[in-house]
Amino acid sequence: MPQDRTEDLDELIACPVCDTLYHARMPGIGERVTCSRCHHVLIAPKDGAFIRVIALALTVMILMLGATFFPFLSIDAQGFSNAASVFDSALAFMDGGWMVALSFATAALIVLIPVLRAALVIYVLGPLAFGRKPWPGARAAFRWSEDLRPWSMAEIFVIGVAVALVKVSDLARVDYGPAFFMFAALVVVIVLQDGSMCRWTIWKTLEDKKSS
Amino acid sequence: MDHMEDAGRQEKLVSARRAGLVACTRCTRVWPAGTDVCGRCGSDLRSRDYRSLQRVWAWLTVGIICYIPANLYPMLRTRVLFTETESTIVEGALDLALHGAVGIALIIFIASVMIPVGKFIAIGWLAYSVAKPLTMEPHRRHKLYEFVEFIGRWSMIDVFVVAILSALVQLNVAAAINPGPAAFTFALSVIFTMLAAQSFDARMIWDTDEDPRAR
Repeated sequence: MPQDRTEDLDELIACPVCDTLYHARMPGIGERVTCSRCHHVLIAPKDGAFIRVIALALTVMILMLGATFFPFLSIDAQGFSNAASVFDSALAFMDGGWMVALSFATAALIVLIPVLRAALVIYVLGPLAFGRKPWPGARAAFRWSEDLRPWSMAEIFVIGVAVALVKVSDLARVDYGPAFFMFAALVVVIVLQDGSMCRWTIWKTLEDKKSS
Repeated sequence: MDHMEDAGRQEKLVSARRAGLVACTRCTRVWPAGTDVCGRCGSDLRSRDYRSLQRVWAWLTVGIICYIPANLYPMLRTRVLFTETESTIVEGALDLALHGAVGIALIIFIASVMIPVGKFIAIGWLAYSVAKPLTMEPHRRHKLYEFVEFIGRWSMIDVFVVAILSALVQLNVAAAINPGPAAFTFALSVIFTMLAAQSFDARMIWDTDEDPRAR
């Protein structure tokens, strides 16, 4: 193993989950390379992925803006009615002392972090998609975006909505607002965006473009 | 799908650590052992993070501590006309089941009781099995780890349910739903156990696979 020449190490790849060492080999577009020990996906390039990921990330940001502030659900019972937006849901814990912290956490998990991730991805991939040098801090931005991934919980919020609807249905009549459908679409777009990102390709491109 | 050929085309798989290299867990680049920072993505490099076990135990402990009040205190305060009822997590699930929504009750019970408790046991066991010689096959331990990593976030469902209900059901004198203190400690418990699972260095699971003495 040539340890003194770091450029040779460029051709090796180690599985991040089980540390198994491989010769990196670019698969065909749309194919996947997985670790043969733990089956972690190592490389999965997609055709025109950068442009597609940017488009999906922009969609996330626009949908989230609408989904946050338009009425999400409304109920009425015995002559009283109330409408709530996603923003209201996040602020539901606002009135009780230290519960305020929970309000901020909820707002972060379902609105801020998904939007921030979309913004970071656009910042990282924007220049790369047009074959330019990455913008300053692109590496840190992509590290952040990856760290925030498990904390982006929009899809879990949607399941929470389904459960809440069942709980409310025998108390009052429920109507869906425009934001309900925007949020449902948003979750699909987030899943599509994460699915079309090949982390290895992005890191490799960031490294190659930096030195060129 | 397509498997990678192993380095040097030997029959046995070799870990980066065995080859005298240190791998970046974020961007999969390898560097000579002793390199501190990954030149590609800028992450800190550690061949095996043995101190991560301390962090796992610490996060797991606070996670369990927060889970206790989460079950004792009310999660929801429901007021219909002038009668106010408080319900804990388990009572809320039972209530749903009694109203005929058995499926939804099951989702809440699984997300708020079975997954958190299962996670405490699984993370604790994984951390224990790395430090002590245990016989469970690495593939199965790895499956367990992947499952714990995947499922942990879904426990947040109940917190979001409380948030939606509290924002929506504010009908003046007719009915109102407000959050109870358990919503706060339960959210903390989920966050801390997620941090515990993230602190675990999964590569240690496989070390015994190559060399029983490599600890």
